[in-house]
Amino acid sequence: MSWIWFHKLASPPHGYRIAGSLAAWFGWPAFILIIAGLYGGLVLAPADYQQGDAFRIVYVHAPSAWLSMFIYGTMAVAAAVGLVWRIKLAHAVAAASAPVGASFTFLALVTGAIWGKPMWGTWWVWDARLTSELLLLFLYAGVMALRASIDDRDRADRASAVLAIVGIVNLPIIHYSVYWWNTLHQESTLTKIGKPSMAGEMLWPLLVMLLGFTLYYGAVLMVRLRAEILRRERDASWLRTGAGS
Amino acid sequence: MNEFFAMGGYAAFVWPCFLLAAIVLVWNVVAARRLLNAAQNRVLRSIDTGKGRR
Repeated sequence: MSWIWFHKLASPPHGYRIAGSLAAWFGWPAFILIIAGLYGGLVLAPADYQQGDAFRIVYVHAPSAWLSMFIYGTMAVAAAVGLVWRIKLAHAVAAASAPVGASFTFLALVTGAIWGKPMWGTWWVWDARLTSELLLLFLYAGVMALRASIDDRDRADRASAVLAIVGIVNLPIIHYSVYWWNTLHQESTLTKIGKPSMAGEMLWPLLVMLLGFTLYYGAVLMVRLRAEILRRERDASWLRTGAGS
Repeated sequence: MNEFFAMGGYAAFVWPCFLLAAIVLVWNVVAARRLLNAAQNRVLRSIDTGKGRR
């Protein structure tokens, strides 16, 4: 019963149409949340008693670091679904996610370096958190390069899926690196919500930015997914009958 | 206002981060839309030429 719905959703014409409306449903709330989070983080939140105004970098650094891992997780799960159940749409989700995830990994690394300079006195250290996040960027690059290097689409899907799935072991390493090893990187602020380590007026803009960035990824993913579906289905009859519009 | 832009002396670190974030956010939207437009045009062209070859 619910399987019928599932297969309908996973069919390219339905996926194409639904992705089109979801893009707007994700995109506009994301836009509003990011604007509100920026205002809250840059204007309303007070300066940190230790880090002064430099702590405001957290409002772009933490959401991009979160997305770098969330997108990787999404990509690996989608790749696994595509590999196991041979659902083309799942491979399309994985293919569409990789460049977006790579861009946020890059952003997390660069904003982290810029934050590290005034706080730690150095742009970069080869410690566990920074090195594992850099490895994440290489994993994204590897998945994208592998996909691009194979002409046959099914083989490219499968090969890049295997690499994406293997690379997922890096996610817990990134997350727990600040607890397992000595590092300059501060511990997570948010997983300690039970015992708040951040004042409310600093915390809410961060939560709003995290949600805004996540929805933003949803919107960009939907647009890329539509392009990916069209590329994969270019000879399909539904494109000619207009079923997807 | 000047005080706001000075960021307590950290302006040279704070603003580049937000600028870079803005660039990444805008780039992702532009790149995704370009891909979709290109894919849509390719489909339309293949319909025009009758046989959707390539």
